[in-house]
Amino acid sequence: MSALLSRYAESIYWLARYVERAENLARILDVNESFSRDSRGGQNWGSIVTLYADEENFRERHGSGEPDAGSVLRYYLLDTGNTGSVVSSIRAARDNARTLRPLISTEMWAQLNMFYNWVRALGPEDVAEERLARLCARIKEGCQTHTGITEGTFYRDAGWHFYQIGRCIERADQTTRLLDVKYHLLLPRIADVGSPLDVSQWNALLRSAAGYHAFRRIYPSGMTVPKIAQFLLFNPSFPRSVLACVNELDRMVTEVRSRYHLRGGVAASEELDDLRSVLGHEPIDSVLERGLHEFIDWVQVRLNAMHSALGRDFFGSGVEQGQRQSA
Amino acid sequence: MSQLAAHDLLASYHPGDGFCELSAPTQMQSAQVNSIVERLRRIPLDRLRERAQDAERELFNLGITFTVYTQKDAIDRILPFDVIPRVITADDWAVVEAGVVQRVRALNLFLADIYGAQHILKDGVVPRELVLGNPNYREAMIGLRVPHGTYVHICGTDLVRGDDGTFQVLEDNARTPSGVSYVVENRHLMLRAFPDLMDGIGIRPVSNYGEKLHDALIEIAPPHVPSPQVVLLSPGTFNSAYFEHIFLAREMGVPLVEGRDLVVENDRVFMQTIAGRRPVDVIYRRLNDDFLDPEVFNPDSLLGTPGLMRAYAKGNVGLANAVGTGASDDKAVYAYLPRIIRYYLDEEPILQNVETHICREPEALQYTLDHLSELVVKPVGEAGGYGIVIGPHATRAQLEACRATLLADPGNYISQPMVNLSVSPTLTDGGIEPRRVDLRPFAITGTSTWVLPGGLTRVALPKGSMIVNSSQGGGSKDTWVLEPAEAGRGARR
Repeated sequence: MSALLSRYAESIYWLARYVERAENLARILDVNESFSRDSRGGQNWGSIVTLYADEENFRERHGSGEPDAGSVLRYYLLDTGNTGSVVSSIRAARDNARTLRPLISTEMWAQLNMFYNWVRALGPEDVAEERLARLCARIKEGCQTHTGITEGTFYRDAGWHFYQIGRCIERADQTTRLLDVKYHLLLPRIADVGSPLDVSQWNALLRSAAGYHAFRRIYPSGMTVPKIAQFLLFNPSFPRSVLACVNELDRMVTEVRSRYHLRGGVAASEELDDLRSVLGHEPIDSVLERGLHEFIDWVQVRLNAMHSALGRDFFGSGVEQGQRQSA
Repeated sequence: MSQLAAHDLLASYHPGDGFCELSAPTQMQSAQVNSIVERLRRIPLDRLRERAQDAERELFNLGITFTVYTQKDAIDRILPFDVIPRVITADDWAVVEAGVVQRVRALNLFLADIYGAQHILKDGVVPRELVLGNPNYREAMIGLRVPHGTYVHICGTDLVRGDDGTFQVLEDNARTPSGVSYVVENRHLMLRAFPDLMDGIGIRPVSNYGEKLHDALIEIAPPHVPSPQVVLLSPGTFNSAYFEHIFLAREMGVPLVEGRDLVVENDRVFMQTIAGRRPVDVIYRRLNDDFLDPEVFNPDSLLGTPGLMRAYAKGNVGLANAVGTGASDDKAVYAYLPRIIRYYLDEEPILQNVETHICREPEALQYTLDHLSELVVKPVGEAGGYGIVIGPHATRAQLEACRATLLADPGNYISQPMVNLSVSPTLTDGGIEPRRVDLRPFAITGTSTWVLPGGLTRVALPKGSMIVNSSQGGGSKDTWVLEPAEAGRGARR
């Protein structure tokens, strides 16, 4: 077995990231439609644009009007001019898969190829609000099918490790974003705390991370901000929590380095050590006291630093292929 | 009987004036061909259409496609696939196989000679300027020794069959011939879509091509490398043959690299991996000579790797095919191939060229001028069909212009008769109709030559067309080489 080409390592890392990104986007759009209503009962679509820090590009492509369901859904599902849209992400995943075909299974490739061909054929009529739930379900399902096929068919060598690293880093990033923006949008309305509206918004947040039921099992009563933040940041067993992702990242980086006798990866491990020494050890109350946004910012800076370290040590030239705006 | 006739898929099939690859009397002498025909007859036309559509959809889903790039989009296209196979009997194949092996031997001896002692030029068998003045002659190869004297490791020989059913050579492809991925994928597709048609017939397998190729590439690794690292070098995803590059890398289980993944240090080739630089011992390159090494060839090439030729000249890396094989496979040299075979091997050619008149020779020039309206006149230096005048289709003015250019520069032209290509029953909108086909067998040579039993059958899909190229409406068919009759009976696939 020959050593993994640097370019392949980078591609498989991005392949995983793009699919994870598309899945998260589908979750967020879906939940926003179903659960997240503001005090006037309308959905707050602008928050999604804020969540991804896309305000500028969105205005360029869809005008300066208030983001509404139609424009936000088109922008995030269909718009090839938005590199973060579902169609762009799946296309990027599929293009990476194409260059990776000597490495990945035929089934992984065929599913992504068909999935992309389905996504690219979607038109404005397919993303109408009344069809959104079903559409998002199909997108999530496509992404999860990919994950399942990968789990069941992808040969477990260094390529697998870089795939997992990409997936976990993206997932951790998405969870921090979700928490950050929702927290800021929702929290200022002190008067609303505990109101039915407030509850439904936090509810939506948990649901978009597929965490509602798990949360309920550990916290049978009471849905408070600290509990939710604790759950999404520090729970070691919830697969979308930041800590769970970071633990998995650490396991994968350590394993790939020792198993393949890699000299690189020291800096990436150090970033992960930093994260692990804080996540799960720092009491959530002191995190909230010092500011959740600042804390999340710190996590994202560490994740980005880890990403750059991977680029320097393993991908050769640094990281050019993916576009990632830092928080 | 009438029941059967109502369902006879081939009832209205008439091969017309071409040699029919399925129903010619010589083909029908084979019991295996007869059972294939019988089985085909029983498939209802609408069922055949459904299965053909399923097959094409599968090709698309599996990404067995080439990509057409427009300004704002990239569109995946499949090479149209016809589900009715082209069948070659064991006896016919024995001739093709022996003929291809002979031709590859001659090409390799010729290349070793023109980059070595140049006996054939000194003896005046092939005109010196035709070789040394050839744009594909690479001076960098002079005096450079290649393992086993093999230059052409992968060769695709384009064959056509005229009215008498004899296979003739139309062209040698000794640089980076493509199409073999379709041979293997077409078979896999047929095995899934038409197991009933193939069962028990005795069709020779093609799926071990990757293994055979890898074996041959290992043979050209620098000596004393315990387990040589082979890679496939591709120009990248924008190349129209990219699917084939993927396919071959997968079949061999080797990395598909691009020039940017490779680096040459101390005249040794390495690839960039997560564990640092790792040595590369053999490169199956799907990149033209010009782009291989900007230090030696096109200095603007970003696709290749600087220093590659230094490593190659030192014998530190094997290259397949060798550099400079293009001096052996163009139209000018093609015309001399029968003489080249006789010169090196002292044998008569097993496969004949299409009758070719070398206009630099006065008698041939006179013949060409006298029969201009019946002949195809081709400039020898051009590729891709440029400058070809097809006599039977040319206007009077075009013929006169052609006559003038011939007289002005006869050495630059050859002429050939129009070959009436053989036909194969093909599924069309109008039912089962004859369409013209050719055949490209693939030969792999390390220390010895192996010919894949089959090859790419291209089919000209537009009615009446003689042009099988995919750029002009060509598709492909699965090519079934039959086991010898005894072995075929009861033999498993």
